[in-house]
Amino acid sequence: MKTHTRWGLVLLIQVVVLGAIAALGICLGSTRVPLRAVLAAMGGHASEIDQSIILGIRIPRVALAFAVGGGLSLAGVLLQGMFRNPLVEPFTLGISGGAALGLCACVAFGVGSGLGALAFPAAGFVGAMATAVLVYGLGTRRGMLNIRDVVLVGVMVSFVCSSLVMLVMALARAEDLYGIVFWTMGSLEEPRRGLLAVALGVSVVALAAAYRLAVPLNALALGEDGAAHLGIDVERTKRLLFVLSALLTGVCVSVAGIIGFVGLVVPHVARLLVGRDHRILLVSAFLCGAGFLMLCDLVARTIVAPLELPIGVVTGIAGGTLFVYMLHRRQSPEGRL
Amino acid sequence: MLELENVSCGYAGGFALDGISLGIKPGELVGIVGPNGSGKTTLLRAASRSLRPRSGTVRIHGEDIWHQRPALLARTLAVVSQTADIVPMTVAEYVLLGRIPHYGHFQFLETHADWDIARRAMEMTECLPFKDHLMTAISGGERQLALIARALAQEPKLLLLDEPTSYLDIAHQVRLLDLIRRLNRELTLTVVMVMHDLNAASEYCERLVLMSHGQVRAVGEPDEVMDYQVLEEVYETVLVVGRNSISGRPCVFPVSEDVQKRRQSRHAASK
Repeated sequence: MKTHTRWGLVLLIQVVVLGAIAALGICLGSTRVPLRAVLAAMGGHASEIDQSIILGIRIPRVALAFAVGGGLSLAGVLLQGMFRNPLVEPFTLGISGGAALGLCACVAFGVGSGLGALAFPAAGFVGAMATAVLVYGLGTRRGMLNIRDVVLVGVMVSFVCSSLVMLVMALARAEDLYGIVFWTMGSLEEPRRGLLAVALGVSVVALAAAYRLAVPLNALALGEDGAAHLGIDVERTKRLLFVLSALLTGVCVSVAGIIGFVGLVVPHVARLLVGRDHRILLVSAFLCGAGFLMLCDLVARTIVAPLELPIGVVTGIAGGTLFVYMLHRRQSPEGRL
Repeated sequence: MLELENVSCGYAGGFALDGISLGIKPGELVGIVGPNGSGKTTLLRAASRSLRPRSGTVRIHGEDIWHQRPALLARTLAVVSQTADIVPMTVAEYVLLGRIPHYGHFQFLETHADWDIARRAMEMTECLPFKDHLMTAISGGERQLALIARALAQEPKLLLLDEPTSYLDIAHQVRLLDLIRRLNRELTLTVVMVMHDLNAASEYCERLVLMSHGQVRAVGEPDEVMDYQVLEEVYETVLVVGRNSISGRPCVFPVSEDVQKRRQSRHAASK
């Protein structure tokens, strides 16, 4: 019972911190907007410039960081729990490689260019899903998803995809190259309304769906046999986890490009904060991921303003150093990681 | 309670269980013994729904275990296996996992009742003193106790154990097996355990099942099964069967090759 109170408290703190980060993200930028103006804009009576900055640029951008950061981090927790391997992340399974390849095909060969501005995300999503299906198929034997095979196949598919991406880049025209490189570094800039809605919807619905799997995930910590002995339908759970995380990753990658590290590092940070019980970890990791990406995005667009750093660069540097620091500071070798 | 009817199981290339039939009555304490690779653990895996038989049926309470809902089965049957992964969670958290089969469909948090049952399971197994320690930071003996506490938290009718005393010194073996027998009597818990140690099995079990090459070679009370001719044939080594002078149960001693040779030469000389 004490634990549940502690969980409630942790969530409350996280929500407050997240709110503060969101407020900062909306107020700060190339032009500063006071918080009062933000509230006014949301009520619909601010100056036209403020209105367009806040509602048209800042809020969508912060909302996208929320959806993508939360989504990637959640996918990471689900996969690490399912594989019982702390080094697995959404991109280990080759999903980002597939998205990149889909995008390359779109840029270099003009596949699906009829879709206009939606061509990039659509191509990324199709590529991501195609590799997910491929990895899932190759990792399944006699109707059972073999955890070890899936990781190995995922890593190999990743390699093949990145080689093919390099091949396409080597053959591509110079002006196409820029688009590919820029996209692979990830960006939260100017999301289209429709895409933003999809990303938000998918990550929030996925969080709710994932929560239904929190107890089975806890049981899976005992291994597949151990979970089965606790009455968990292990094959069904693995299938759902795979589909859920592939969908999350696919959507995040196709909307915001390849933003590495969130799905790998944030789940570990969340685990250090709240422990490894998935009933709190799932929500906590989602909120941590959302906050982390909002913060990274804020840094990316303010630190060398008016220029912007690619968001993937910031998450990589910040996430990597933060993680090594936390790991180093952790006292007991038996820690809860 | 537990019935195996003509069960055959196999891994790639060959049978590990070859048409086994066996019945366990409610309240029994049964030991499964036999040499390495004789199919003891496979038998346990087949009985616990970890391995689907190629043919034959496994029934608990008269119902095929493959036709039962997994969560319902886990309320009747608990398994303590040596292959379960140990992760850094506290003993209390670990024992609470045993309540999962009793959770409702949309239940995410354990109730006071769940806590009470887990606490009682830890009390019976004497886990309370180290309940806040991490599973990865306790001794092998304590870990076995925690595994059994988790199984008890499931409130099962049938407990299957896979070599519960391996890695334990003799004092801890006695403590653990005493506990298992106490649970067997006080909770009328049916217990089936795979054991390597013939003497411990003979000391504690009412009935022994001796396996050999995927088949049941002998079933019965320790006095019937622990026959030196049967054991020598199954284990393919020279053995001496004696008797524990206090409990009166049969026990078995190995004979080394050197001694066997010396004995043979002395025999030859005396002739």
